[in-house]
Amino acid sequence: MNRLRFYLQLGFTLWVCLFMIVPVIMSVMAGLTTNYFVGLESGLTLRWVQEVWALYADTIWLSIRLALACLCFTVLLGVPAAYGLLRSKRRWANAMEEALLLPVAIPGLATALALLLAYGHMRGFRESWLFILIGHVLFTLPFMIRPVLAVMRGARLAELEEAAASLGAGFRQRFLGVVVPNCVGGILAGALMVVTLSIGEFNITWMLHTPLNKTLPVGLADSYASMRLEIGSAYTLLFLAMTLPLLVVIQWAGRVANRSRTP
Amino acid sequence: MTSTSLTLEGCGRTFPGGQVALHPLDLTVAAGETLVLLGPSGCGKTTTLRIISGLESPDAGGRVRFGERDVTALPIEKRDVGMVFQHYALFPNMNVADNITYGLRIKGLSRDTIRQRLDEVMAMVDLQGFGARRIHELSGGQKQRVALARAIAVRPKILLFDEPLAALDAKLRDRLRLEIGQLLRKLGITAVYVTHDQAEAMALGDRIAVMQAGRIAQLATPREIYHRPTSIFVADFIGAVNRLEVHATLADGLLRVSGGELRAPHLAGAAAVYCRPEDIQIAADGNADVRGKVRQSLFLGQSQRLLVDLGDNACLQVETASRRRWRTEDPIGLRLPPEALFHPERHAYPTKELEANHA
Ligand SMILES: Nc1ncnc2c1ncn2[C@@H]1O[C@H](COP(=O)(O)OP(=O)(O)OP(=O)(O)O)[C@@H](O)[C@H]1O
Ligand SMILES: [Mg+2]
Repeated sequence: MNRLRFYLQLGFTLWVCLFMIVPVIMSVMAGLTTNYFVGLESGLTLRWVQEVWALYADTIWLSIRLALACLCFTVLLGVPAAYGLLRSKRRWANAMEEALLLPVAIPGLATALALLLAYGHMRGFRESWLFILIGHVLFTLPFMIRPVLAVMRGARLAELEEAAASLGAGFRQRFLGVVVPNCVGGILAGALMVVTLSIGEFNITWMLHTPLNKTLPVGLADSYASMRLEIGSAYTLLFLAMTLPLLVVIQWAGRVANRSRTP
Repeated sequence: MTSTSLTLEGCGRTFPGGQVALHPLDLTVAAGETLVLLGPSGCGKTTTLRIISGLESPDAGGRVRFGERDVTALPIEKRDVGMVFQHYALFPNMNVADNITYGLRIKGLSRDTIRQRLDEVMAMVDLQGFGARRIHELSGGQKQRVALARAIAVRPKILLFDEPLAALDAKLRDRLRLEIGQLLRKLGITAVYVTHDQAEAMALGDRIAVMQAGRIAQLATPREIYHRPTSIFVADFIGAVNRLEVHATLADGLLRVSGGELRAPHLAGAAAVYCRPEDIQIAADGNADVRGKVRQSLFLGQSQRLLVDLGDNACLQVETASRRRWRTEDPIGLRLPPEALFHPERHAYPTKELEANHA
């Protein structure tokens, strides 16, 4: 019985590897070989990576800038919003929570189209990266609110706040000194999602981008469509090199925050 | 520490939806006094405490005064109250020292004052050396000491406790109860203490307010509450009480009850008499007021509780020393001294002379 389970698990793991890890490795290798169609015999090279960097460095910077700005906005909007939802005893609080998921449920293309219809005529705004930022914030906000709200619900926040108030703390002091520090775990979990989603976001961004404002995934699509396969693959390689460390850092911060909190 | 008196005037609380948690209530706590709010679950203890703290406002017309000052409109953070909660409510993101000094830092006191105050209160609650501990590294008892230290560090005008020991085990509860009692005496601070544990109430309260369904049923000293309860509810809620039906009042202050006759001149004409199980004595035949049979005996360690059947469906609980062994159906004679008999609703209690006799 145990043996059977072991083999089933092993099989499943291998199967997952086959579809998740192998393609990534193939892609990375393709970005490093001199000629993909000839194969590894043609030798390894960094030429493609350099070429991508020369062509698309600005898309990478834009993506990072967008992700970080998006993170700032979702924290600044999401934490107070989650707190509001927590506190509100009204019936519409539940409805609000559901409504927050709408941008996830609606196809990104539709969200982008709506944004274009509403604000596309404002030239300066339309052409700046802030326009894309708004799309990203819309899309990622629920991923910040949900984990923060969950942590708030589990943390006996009301009692902590009452204790702080009895000790003389006004609303601002309570919010910054008690509420926020006690939902750091949720904020970090949300941050991980927000940054990941913002960096990889394609649908909305593709609709909203201008030739001067291309993000990494949009550039990637571009290069796949118009360049050698090796260049596209080298691009993937850079993408991974940018995002993996970022995600590892956020994960690690989450683990540290949790360790200092729970027994 | 200078302490403040506390007055509630006509403070009721009706929750949206019409739930009356508290009927309009008047209450005065003298400066330096500890008042215990005691009562069954849902009787409005917490609501009263929250009105005092400012976490809840009384219905229109209610007034809360600290000393001469009307604080009804002040939010909790302006009231200078210290609170200790059942589940500690310590800030998990801070260590012990930061928890205790939170209020001092909010007040913007100087670093030296804070340091000094911290050492002072840590010594008071016996937590020296725990400053750097994280909250989750503390036991329940230690957590509650930190909470206590945090509340007294800011030198509040009034200390409020909401069932602070309810989450602890029995032994620890006894010890902490003693310590809290000593601390309250030492600080001489005005305190309101909510509990549903009568032993805690007796030990800590200068006075006890027994609450029932949103009203105060009786407000008096622990002795008074125990020995001269003014309602059957109070008599029954605090300790155990026997009720014996009176069949007839005879001459000489004698009352005819099932199983015999009782001498109780102060209860002439009453339909029933009440007495506490520990006031009943086991008596030899000549001295017994009533006679019956043991129906059940319950060994409690420090004492035993007998259920004595007097016939006519009348039963008495008797608390007696635990050495002698009683079996079911053993015949037994009991003496119910006049000073042990009372009737709450008639406000009929033994006179001072009778009580002096007993002592
Ligand atoms: N926020 C609220 N909304 C509606 N009803 C409430 C609210 N808070 C308390 N009540 C009701 O008011 C009554 C008194 O509540 P309270 O919390 O004061 O009781 P308590 O004496 O502290 O009880 P316990 O010993 O269980 O803590 C209860 O019947 C309770 O259901
Ligand atoms: Mg309560």
